[in-house]
Amino acid sequence: MDLVLQLLFTGIGIGAVYALVALGFVLIFRATNVVNFAQGEFSMVAAYLMVVFAVDLGWPYWLSFLLALAGMALLGAIFNLGVYYPLRHRTFLPVIIATIGASILLANSVLAIYGPQPQVLEGWFETPGIQLGPVYLDSQYLLIITVTMILVVFNYWFFEHTMLGKKLQATSQDKEMASLLGISVSTMIMITFIYSAVLGGLAGILVAPVLFVSIQMGSTIALKAFAATIIGGFGDVAGAIIGGLALGIIETFGAAYISVPYKDGFAFLVLVLFLVFRPQGIFGERVAEKA
Amino acid sequence: MSAPSENMPMAVPTARAKPLLLRHLPYFIGATVLVALAATMQFDGYIHNILMQATTFAIAVFGLSVVLGLCGQINLAQAAFFGLGAYAVGLGTSDYHLSYWLCLAGGCVMALLAGALLGMSTLRLGGHYLAMVTISFQQIVTLVMINTIWLTHGPDGVPRIGRPDLFQSSQSYLAFCVAMLALVGYFVWHLSDTRLGRAMRAVRDNELAAGVVGIDIFRTKVSAFALSAVLGGLAGGLFAGGFAYVSPDQFSFAESVVFLTMSLLGGVASPIGSAIGTGLLILIPEWLRFLKSVPGLYLAIYGLSVILIIRYMPDGIWGFVNIATERWRAKARVHAAGPALQLVPATVGGDTVLDVKGLAKYFGGLKAVDQVDIAVRRGSVHALIGPNGSGKTTTLNVLSGLYKATAGRVVLDGTDVTDMPPHQRAAAGLGRTFQNIRLFRSMTALENVVIGAERPGNRLIGQGEDALNDRAMSALTFVGLGTRANELISSFSYGHQRLIEIARALAANPTLLLLDEPAAGLNSSEKLELHELLKRIAAQGLTILIIDHDMTLVSEAAQHITVLNFGRRIADGESMAVLRHPDVVSAYLGTE
Repeated sequence: MDLVLQLLFTGIGIGAVYALVALGFVLIFRATNVVNFAQGEFSMVAAYLMVVFAVDLGWPYWLSFLLALAGMALLGAIFNLGVYYPLRHRTFLPVIIATIGASILLANSVLAIYGPQPQVLEGWFETPGIQLGPVYLDSQYLLIITVTMILVVFNYWFFEHTMLGKKLQATSQDKEMASLLGISVSTMIMITFIYSAVLGGLAGILVAPVLFVSIQMGSTIALKAFAATIIGGFGDVAGAIIGGLALGIIETFGAAYISVPYKDGFAFLVLVLFLVFRPQGIFGERVAEKA
Repeated sequence: MSAPSENMPMAVPTARAKPLLLRHLPYFIGATVLVALAATMQFDGYIHNILMQATTFAIAVFGLSVVLGLCGQINLAQAAFFGLGAYAVGLGTSDYHLSYWLCLAGGCVMALLAGALLGMSTLRLGGHYLAMVTISFQQIVTLVMINTIWLTHGPDGVPRIGRPDLFQSSQSYLAFCVAMLALVGYFVWHLSDTRLGRAMRAVRDNELAAGVVGIDIFRTKVSAFALSAVLGGLAGGLFAGGFAYVSPDQFSFAESVVFLTMSLLGGVASPIGSAIGTGLLILIPEWLRFLKSVPGLYLAIYGLSVILIIRYMPDGIWGFVNIATERWRAKARVHAAGPALQLVPATVGGDTVLDVKGLAKYFGGLKAVDQVDIAVRRGSVHALIGPNGSGKTTTLNVLSGLYKATAGRVVLDGTDVTDMPPHQRAAAGLGRTFQNIRLFRSMTALENVVIGAERPGNRLIGQGEDALNDRAMSALTFVGLGTRANELISSFSYGHQRLIEIARALAANPTLLLLDEPAAGLNSSEKLELHELLKRIAAQGLTILIIDHDMTLVSEAAQHITVLNFGRRIADGESMAVLRHPDVVSAYLGTE
């Protein structure tokens, strides 16, 4: 029983990271109808920026953190201008391929600059964790869970209760109508990309002390996050979060009770099961076809 | 609209196709020369390896040109399928001492099964699902290769892979691979002009229209995906024999990206493009070896290339060359006009061709169509009219299977089609056109109409390509566009595109033709021509159900009218009586 609780805690912590990246996926998907295959690389790049600032240059953790997020905002803007925006009037296939190209470019540029050796990033806190009854609560996992909860609440407030959030929603639902109402669609899309890059980056920085900082972390996280969005219901914000948490828990238990080397395979298995038996996910409605 | 006789003098004897193998003789001569060169020329080991790699990779990239180029579906796991073939041959010949041929075939079957299963689980959903699922599959295959050490030797890889007795020397094995490349290349090149290839292109260009003309969209996509996987597996099997050693890193996601880049760079639509792309991306890295000293730099450049190609050269090098040299190339074969179009609608059921009872379609709380009955008499022109938003097009979409009915029955010529998908309704004899024209835009007018003529259940089609072309030419000539058969859709005016869509439906020899606002967007002279065309179609006994707003057209063409308003039937009967019906007048003009 103690082990179960311990695994549950770890699973929720890892799941929270997937949920954050999944949230970035969903935001871009809703704004542009495009799945951004480089979303995971945002996390990877941010983790490397942290390594550069906090480890290599030895700057304070909080400063490195802010600089890394600023760097992600810049990357999101460049990504939009270089990859998505020129293709915005094309069908979804070229856009998907371009984001895959971007993901390969980002991962391998970092590899070329930094080499294949995985890097270590310390956690935010000095204290490694606290013992709560039978369960050991790792401080980094606690941080991840807390930040994710704050972000979910922030996200809700931002999209439902601010003018900017409502404009973003309007843009994602009907670009033409939004532009007729005087909303600058290109600005809204730019903001979406920047926001998603920062979210992805945040997830990467939070998870970096738990995993190693490596080139592969981006694609691994992206696959899990995508699986999470399908499990939750594609395009659904709450679904992405629930899906991410569910996947984190399934994976942690699978690794503990079934097989460690195939830990990354469980996400795929769950994904395929959902695709076959419930493609609309937990929350999603069956998408109506348009004639 | 020109009379059919105008095109008749073009029926010159040369238009008949020579036998296919004879026409393609130059290809086989060229291929034979290449195989002979590979078998006789003395290469040093380095050149030999490059050739071996290029030959086998090209076959895998041909697979991508089928799934991505022809069918428009993405496959980011080609290296995994390549790996399945390679490991089948590698483990089979080295650990289990099985025959090379058996292992090669086994590898292809494994790739086929994996491809078909992946496709079947995902291809009903949107394209981004397929992208992610193929990436995941790629990762799983790599995981298994590395971790299932008892089977795969893990990261150490598989050494001492065998070759067939017949091709023991590396020289003869290379010649064998070149021969396989030539065969597969021929197959892929020819595929786009077969029924399956046309279906794939139709699905890529316009999924909805493909379903309505009788193509099983899901089966076509799964076929394309599975075919691509088989070619990957075959290529991998050949590769394993060529290098005698394989290891997991040769079949990683990075290799799938390399395959994708090769395909995009050369031009995804044709095997020639695939070959060019493969050759370039194998040679260029050899010339720029110094770049290899930095890990990741190559793939970073590939990633950048993918972005740039998609943005600036979406058709790849071969597509670019094709467009640039278009005016120097020989014009496509001129087709004979074909005999005058015959329409012989099936007559299985009774006097009523289409019997709709209690049809309803709700979108959430909105009752777009509610309790609608329609009975279309055989051989008649029946009009469905109503103000904007009255549910006419929704009704048509339910009838053709694009929407699933919430309630009610639809019986077509004695067959209950209520629960059938669009392509089965087409097979049952339903043809339709769309209000916003849905043609296959990358194809010629003739190819569009040929796809129509291929409707499953079309009894007027004889055997072979010529019979299909004849039927399609007849239909195009019938609508007056026989002389422009080989032009691409984009070169036709809006009105002519509408006629091509009607020709596509007519070529299928339907039992019932649904026309969705055929007069919309036409000018007055085009409308007159359309009216004439409708008369000529009706004269052949084909039953028509037409939606239109043009009351002159409707009242003159239709004998029977059903009127909808707010999703309900408000009037039904003989044309003139219905148009004078007070409810109809008030629905259109408002009440005083």
